[in-house]
Amino acid sequence: MAAQLIVLEAVLGVGVVLLYGAKIEVPWLIVVSCVLGTVGLAATGTLYGALSAGLRVRETLLPFLFLPIAAPVLLAGTRMWQAGLSGGTASYGNPWLRLLVVFDAVYVALGIVVFGPIQESA
Amino acid sequence: MSPNPSVSAPPVQSSRARWTTRVIGITAVVATALTVWLGLWVTPPDQVQGNLVRLVYIHPGVAWVALYLAFGLAAVSSLLYLWPRTRSLFWDRLAAASVEVGVVFNICTLISGSIWGKPTWGVWWAWDARLTSTAVLLVLFLGYLALRRVPAEPEVRAKRSAFVALFAAVDIPIVHFSVLWWKTLHQGATVLNANLSPTIHGSMAWTLLLGFLALTLVFVWMLLVRFRIGVLEDWLGTGELDVALRERQAEGAPIDEDEAA
Repeated sequence: MAAQLIVLEAVLGVGVVLLYGAKIEVPWLIVVSCVLGTVGLAATGTLYGALSAGLRVRETLLPFLFLPIAAPVLLAGTRMWQAGLSGGTASYGNPWLRLLVVFDAVYVALGIVVFGPIQESA
Repeated sequence: MSPNPSVSAPPVQSSRARWTTRVIGITAVVATALTVWLGLWVTPPDQVQGNLVRLVYIHPGVAWVALYLAFGLAAVSSLLYLWPRTRSLFWDRLAAASVEVGVVFNICTLISGSIWGKPTWGVWWAWDARLTSTAVLLVLFLGYLALRRVPAEPEVRAKRSAFVALFAAVDIPIVHFSVLWWKTLHQGATVLNANLSPTIHGSMAWTLLLGFLALTLVFVWMLLVRFRIGVLEDWLGTGELDVALRERQAEGAPIDEDEAA
């Protein structure tokens, strides 16, 4: 899942630069946001994927559960890209960067702890 | 449903539990009435906000119950359910009741905040960090309630729901700190601020405090009643299953005889 996301991000990143003629002002911010965003999405996605494995209504329920939990990651990622592309206000991205780091740390830790028990119950 | 003598009688609530519920309910009504009286007639209008300030006696209290008390309790009881030593359907029911009441309070938070936002900020809704994260929290716990509706064995459902409640609860501190991290439209904490020195005084402070107490009591009362309904629902569920099984068996018997003949 993480690999797929990274590839998607790279393709979209190149697309944005080429098609919109956007100039990347703060490259490290873009790279960091990609890495952190990928970790966040992969961690929550894996958790919910494992949780909803074997559910008959999985297709309906999974997006409903997953989208709100991933919303902070998506928001933070968007804002950091914005900061990275526009430059100048790079410090603007800082609270979002902090949010992503905290989010990733919490959900990866949670994932490590509860993945075993989830597998047992599924 | 036809009366079925063989289904066991509903689980009886002890008279002490009944009395506690009743006393809490009555106290909640009295405290709420007192808050309304103090909030609307006794306290003075605010220097800046005028009569709009009266929403302060409701909105933070409702938010406190929804975001911290209800969802916090749901998270703790989910954790206690998952902990092997304290595993019991009691915690699962408590979490479910807590989330359901919490969702109601969460919706009230958004509505009362919106009513306040229109005259003070000029908008009903803004994609402000705190507003957004509160709305996200609501959707998260609606997801929890949706998951509970998926038919499953009580133990499987309890475990699954407990995990979802835990994941969702991580959003609570983000909501609380969002006001500090992002300097946004929504004001910072008035009562539970970093210095623990409330920036509100006199009769207004007391009314605010009473409002918190009243809403907490309302929450506890609703929680107790909802918990009791949960117990009765489970009892009814097993009862219905017994009836259905017996009906099937009753149907099955004559058909077999016909086939044999």
